[in-house]
Amino acid sequence: MSLDADTIRRIATLARIRVAEDEVATLQGELNGILAWIEQLNAVDTDGIAPLTGAAHMALKMREDVVSDGNIRDKVLANAPERIGPDEAFFAVPKVVE
Amino acid sequence: MSALTDLTLAEAARLLAAKKVSATELTQAHVDAIEALASLNAFIVTTPERALADAKRADGRIAAGEAGPLEGIPLAIKDLFCTAGIQTTAASRILGGFVPPYESTVSANLWRDGAVCLGKTNLDEFAMGSSNTTSAYGNVVNPWKRRGDNRDLVPGGSSGGSAAAVAARLCLGATATDTGGSIRQPAAFTGTVGIKPTYGRCSRWGIVAFASSLDQAGPMARTVEDCAILLRSMAGHDPKDSTSADIAVPDFAAALGHGVKGLRIGVPKEYRLEGLSPEIAALWEQGIAWLKEAGCTIHEIGLPHAKYALPAYYIVAPAEASSNLARYDGVRFGLRVPGDSLDAQYEATRGEGFGAEVRRRIMIGTYVLSAGYYDAYYLKAQKVRALIARDFDVAWESVDAILTPATPNAAFAIGENQDDPVTMYLNDIFTVTANLAGLPGIAVPAGLDASGLPLGLQVIGRAFDEETVFRVGRAIEQAAGFTAMPQLRAGA
Repeated sequence: MSLDADTIRRIATLARIRVAEDEVATLQGELNGILAWIEQLNAVDTDGIAPLTGAAHMALKMREDVVSDGNIRDKVLANAPERIGPDEAFFAVPKVVE
Repeated sequence: MSALTDLTLAEAARLLAAKKVSATELTQAHVDAIEALASLNAFIVTTPERALADAKRADGRIAAGEAGPLEGIPLAIKDLFCTAGIQTTAASRILGGFVPPYESTVSANLWRDGAVCLGKTNLDEFAMGSSNTTSAYGNVVNPWKRRGDNRDLVPGGSSGGSAAAVAARLCLGATATDTGGSIRQPAAFTGTVGIKPTYGRCSRWGIVAFASSLDQAGPMARTVEDCAILLRSMAGHDPKDSTSADIAVPDFAAALGHGVKGLRIGVPKEYRLEGLSPEIAALWEQGIAWLKEAGCTIHEIGLPHAKYALPAYYIVAPAEASSNLARYDGVRFGLRVPGDSLDAQYEATRGEGFGAEVRRRIMIGTYVLSAGYYDAYYLKAQKVRALIARDFDVAWESVDAILTPATPNAAFAIGENQDDPVTMYLNDIFTVTANLAGLPGIAVPAGLDASGLPLGLQVIGRAFDEETVFRVGRAIEQAAGFTAMPQLRAGA
């Protein structure tokens, strides 16, 4: 299976990464090269095999369902590229509601 | 006494405890060495003032008889570990200016035990790479050179800055992370020791995430014993990481005294790749002979699915990366490139913020997780991953540890192996299986190639049996008697 230029553009949109038009062909070549190499997995018989989602060699623990953190507004906001509103207590984004 | 920067971590700890050396002297020697070898570009940020303040505090605690196990030991931290108040970049433009208000659990454990912070080491962007040439902060130079050839070589990656800093004697040890080989491959390329512990041994909390089911922190240092000492401090259960194991952390260094007599060592026949370099094959044979002499028995084993590990990895890791890196949105931290709409801002920020390799992997991950392709790629890779893990389970019925080469070749020149992404990916061919199966693996320097560059052997062990991995690593270290030193190093 080979990705065409439109599919490259669609993946870039899904990933929210701007790709310049003159980069599409390069990316197409690279991604198709990687996917062609990955195709060798089709040679493996995986019928009836349960997928392995993680590498943890133990049962994951459940924690108490309680609030264990909070009241750190200024720390949360400290790295914001742009803040807005009273006390500059909000992350700023471009207008999303007309 | 040799130069302070030539000490092993264990030797330095003994001299500090005996008050024959002060933490301030030891730290100053390393601060000076970092400055003198700034051309290696091993560090993104150096913190000399913090280091000397840490050292002063350490000297006070040593005088008061309150020293921790790493009191006064100068360490470097891979710039993937969040450090409170110190810029953390993951070597990416997209985290430009980010100063974490919190400390990663692993680095916090090191400071708790008295270690001194020298700075943050360079790496491949978001730990994606095998040559440290994808960093937004420039290439790291390997302190080693080929004989009669002055070209700059790569230190390996992604933990290339940590590896170069340890090899050039800019620190006594460093933290690193390993998702597909990012500790073991650079260790092999720089003649240093690095261990990726069992998945869950170290907390991932506060480490910038790449592929969460594969990422694991570990130490790099110049001896097996030094790595054992560091791992004991780094490891341990952390309620903030649900995948960190609630299992007691053994005294890894104490296990080194147990020797290897009677251990059963597996040699996987599938790792005898077609086209394997004769030098690597000979090194492997030498390793087998050393372990035989040390009293191990050698057993050929099969890991029939190992050859599918890399392609499976290049579905699983990018898939997880595409999810993890979705957080870089230009809203809450890091780079923002303005756009007319929120979507335009996301696309502009991520388009400019991510480098070429990170962008490729996010796009591969996005594609294999997208509607209609999930089963064909992602689910298939997870099933292959299950088969790879099962191969190891079968192997552990007959052997206690597995010996393989660490890498298929020695360090290459900056710019080589960049023709296409897959060529670079092949660097991790021997290391990636341990990540997929969650097993501990160590790389130990074992010899030099014909051009005088270090080569490493890898030992893989059972889950949570780092002690055996360290013991076998120590046996190789003793037999190899690796004393070669890089051309570029402190005091040289």
